[in-house]
Amino acid sequence: MIPDNYNGQVAPSDNDFLMRVAAQQDREAFAQLFKSIAPRIKAYMMKLGASPETAEEIAQETLITVWRKSVQFDRHKSSAATWIFTIARNLRIDRLRKENRPALDPNEPLLVPDGPRSPLAEIEESTVVDRVTAAIGDLPLDQQEAVRLSFIEGLSHGEISERLNVPLGTIKSRLRLSFEKLRLSLGDIR
Amino acid sequence: MTVHHHPGSDLLLSYAAGSLAESWSIAIAAHLSHCPACRQDIELAEAVGGVLLHDVAAEHMAPGALDDVLEAIGHTMQEAPLVAIPPPGPAPILPKSVRDYVGGDVDDVPWQRLGKDAFQFLIETRDGEAKARLLRIKAGRPVPSHGHGGRELTLVLAGRFEDEISVFRPGDMEDVDAETVHKPVAGVGEDCICLAVTDAPLRFKEFLPRILQPILKI
Repeated sequence: MIPDNYNGQVAPSDNDFLMRVAAQQDREAFAQLFKSIAPRIKAYMMKLGASPETAEEIAQETLITVWRKSVQFDRHKSSAATWIFTIARNLRIDRLRKENRPALDPNEPLLVPDGPRSPLAEIEESTVVDRVTAAIGDLPLDQQEAVRLSFIEGLSHGEISERLNVPLGTIKSRLRLSFEKLRLSLGDIR
Repeated sequence: MTVHHHPGSDLLLSYAAGSLAESWSIAIAAHLSHCPACRQDIELAEAVGGVLLHDVAAEHMAPGALDDVLEAIGHTMQEAPLVAIPPPGPAPILPKSVRDYVGGDVDDVPWQRLGKDAFQFLIETRDGEAKARLLRIKAGRPVPSHGHGGRELTLVLAGRFEDEISVFRPGDMEDVDAETVHKPVAGVGEDCICLAVTDAPLRFKEFLPRILQPILKI
C-alpha cells in the first residue's frame, strides 16, 4: 500500500504522535496530540449537552487518560482517532449519563478468540480515515443523520425518533441499513 | 462454539456510539464475549465514531489548559500493556459484564422464584429505559406464552432454549419486537440460563402469569 503523499511531504499523524507518547513518554508529541484532538472532544461534549466547563474538564480528562493508557493503544486494531473516541465516549457515559458502561473485558476467560486478521488491517491510517469518510458520505442523507445523531449527539433510538418526528421502527431500519452499507464498503479494513 | 443469532446492527451501532442505555448494553457486551464477528462490527462502528469526532468543528480550550494537563501527566503513571492472561480454574458461566452486576458467577445469583419452573434475578441499572434480568428456566420446561409491548433481547448463557423461531445456544441472542408472540421452552438435560432485556412489560396470554406480573415486575 502506497502511503498518501501530499506534495511530497507527509505530516506526522495523530497515530505517530500517539506511538511516540506510548514508546518514549514524549511530552512534545503529547502536546501536539492535545492541540489536534482536545478542542474536538470539547466540542463533542458540548453537542452531547455538557456545559462548556464540564466539556473542558472531560476533554482534559480524556487526554490525561490517553497519556495513562497510551501503551495499550494497538495500531493494528484502530487508528488514534478511533481509540481516543472510545476513551471520550466512555468518560462521557460515566460523567454525563452517570450510567455504567458494560464492556468487554480483554481478560475474559470466556472470550471466544478472534480469527486471523486480514493483512488489510495494516493499511495506512490516512487511507482508512479517507475510506470511512467516503463511506459515511455515500450513505443516503436520512441514514447519515441517524448515524450522526447516535454518535455525536448521543441520542437513543427513541430520542432520534422524537427529534425527527419519525416512527421508532423507521429509525431502527435507517440505522440497520446504514450499518449494512458500511459493512459492505469497509468490510476489508476491519 | 459458533454463534448463530446476533443482535440487530442498530443496537451494535448505538452501543459503539455510546448512545445505548445501560440495560441493553449489558446484553451486547455479554454477547461480544462469545462473538468475534460482532466484535469486528463494533470496531468498524468505532472507526466511524473516530472519523465523526474528527469532523466536529473545534471549540477553543481554556487558556492554560495544555499547561494544566502537562502538569497533571507529570504526576500520572502510565499503565502497563494489556496482556490477556485467563485466571486459573474453570471458566465462569457468566461473562464479566454480567458478573460485575451479580457480584459473582452463576452460583452466587440470589434467585427469586418466578412461577413453577423459573427463577429470575433483576439487575439494577441506572437507566430508565429498559429492564435487565437473569432468568433460569428448568430443563425441558416452558416460559408461559407471551407477546411484547416493545423489544426483547434474550441472550443464552448456559443450556439452550427453543421457540417458534429457532434454537438458541450459549452466545446466541434472540432479538424480537412488539409483533412477536413466542413460547420459549428450555432444552432437556440442563437448566437454561439467559439474560433478558425488555423495554416494556411482557404480555402474557394466560391468566395466572398475568395477575402475578405486577408482583414479579416482569
